[in-house]
Amino acid sequence: MLEIENLRGGYGQVEVLRGISMNIGEGEIVAVLGSNGAGKSTLNNTLSGIIPPIAGRISFDGKEITRARYTDIVAAGLIQVPEGRRVFPNLTVEENLELGSYLRGGVRRRQNIERVFAIFPRLKERIAQRAGTLSGGEQQMLAIGRGLMGEPRLLILDEPSLGLSPLLVEEMFALIKRLNEEGLTILLVEQNVGQSLEISGRAFVLENGAVVFSGTPDELLSNSDLKRAYLGI
Amino acid sequence: MLELSILFPSILNGLTTGAVYALIALGLTLIYGVLHIINFAHGALLMLALYGVYFLHQSLGIDPYASLPVMVPAMFLLGYGLQRFVINRASHGKEENILLVTLGLAIIMENLALYLWRSDTRTIETAYTFSTIDIFGAMISVPKVAAFAGALAVCALLLLLLARTDLGRAIRAIAKERQGAKLVGIDVEHVFAMSFGIGLACLGAAACFLLPAYYVNPLVGNGFILIAFTIVVLGGMGSFVGALAGGLIIGVVESVGGLWLGESLGQIGIFLIFILVLLFRPQGLFGVKA
Repeated sequence: MLEIENLRGGYGQVEVLRGISMNIGEGEIVAVLGSNGAGKSTLNNTLSGIIPPIAGRISFDGKEITRARYTDIVAAGLIQVPEGRRVFPNLTVEENLELGSYLRGGVRRRQNIERVFAIFPRLKERIAQRAGTLSGGEQQMLAIGRGLMGEPRLLILDEPSLGLSPLLVEEMFALIKRLNEEGLTILLVEQNVGQSLEISGRAFVLENGAVVFSGTPDELLSNSDLKRAYLGI
Repeated sequence: MLELSILFPSILNGLTTGAVYALIALGLTLIYGVLHIINFAHGALLMLALYGVYFLHQSLGIDPYASLPVMVPAMFLLGYGLQRFVINRASHGKEENILLVTLGLAIIMENLALYLWRSDTRTIETAYTFSTIDIFGAMISVPKVAAFAGALAVCALLLLLLARTDLGRAIRAIAKERQGAKLVGIDVEHVFAMSFGIGLACLGAAACFLLPAYYVNPLVGNGFILIAFTIVVLGGMGSFVGALAGGLIIGVVESVGGLWLGESLGQIGIFLIFILVLLFRPQGLFGVKA
């Protein structure tokens, strides 16, 4: 579904991604792991069209999107739930969800809001509250809910467990697994290696802007050198 | 103490002017709140709109109120184009550059107007220019009552657009979280230009409501821009309800102040309020603390 070939990208003259290739098939859940500064968020923002790639090729659903505008990428159904949530603090929970279907899924907006409320009953209790007044965990729920409102074909989740309490982290990963089982293709970008590998079918490890491992979680966990060198476990 | 029979009409007059001030300030605060642009060209653009209404009346005989369907879309398009193709390009995304670009635009427009239309102060005369209407014993001029009703109606429409439509939600979303807006597929450059266009459309409407009871010359915008900035500070930068309330308050203060201190000193009250707000409530009446 998503094919990335030899992707180079970064900010201005600073090249962060130095030739990344990976692919994600329909219905998969794939983890991208790596420490701070490995290039995970740069990869996401390049995929979403927020920053232009330097070289390489990205195709989604068989169509090339390498230099597509961010609006066209969202319209195609490649939706990112960013690190740090990026919800609209001055808008209510409901308005945040409504804007999730700004480009896609507008016709089923009410229906999808109910679906998000079924997944996150907490958001329904906070429906008229401004997003800026929510707790970190609630904001994360809202960010994911807003992403789901666009009826994604592929959902990129950037550090969804960051800053959540251990109990919420458990819940979050259970939810991600459930969404995948319901048919959603997910690219899970995480620092939480253990939990991510438990729910993922395949994993990539990034280091200094390059892929240093790709394979199944079992292969990764049985490679003690790799684990020690890149994942610190 | 002033008699109620003098004070009451003065307050009514203030409210009518205040509604038009609110409309002008609403455009200013919309542009500031979303684009973080302090639009120094706002007054000059109002002047352009006033000339537009003037010439539509003088050359084509179109009534100022009938020119609303021409002036509002025309100013909107001008604003959309200005933001997208001039301000956005010339500023390279730096806010201090935007300030200079809008200031430059104001200087160019005012001097072009001086060159083309001279410094003469012009007015138009309509059948209703001097007619008045009796409101609980106060005689208020008909154009002022029309301006009040029209300006409030446009303000209400604008607030409704901002609160209830996807475009309005997108405008408010971008004001605080641009990256998040891009990630839900909001075309940020387009919505920026839409905001600027809507801000100027307010000026187009204000010009139509103003001219029957007012005048136009190349520097007419300067008086309004100062008042509009005061209103935006009073109501709270970027607050839409604040601009509406602030406009009405400033209109009344100016009118009643003029009653006590005379026409030319009446504006003292406005600047007194400005200073008091900056001292005691810098975030404005409806603003949120930064």
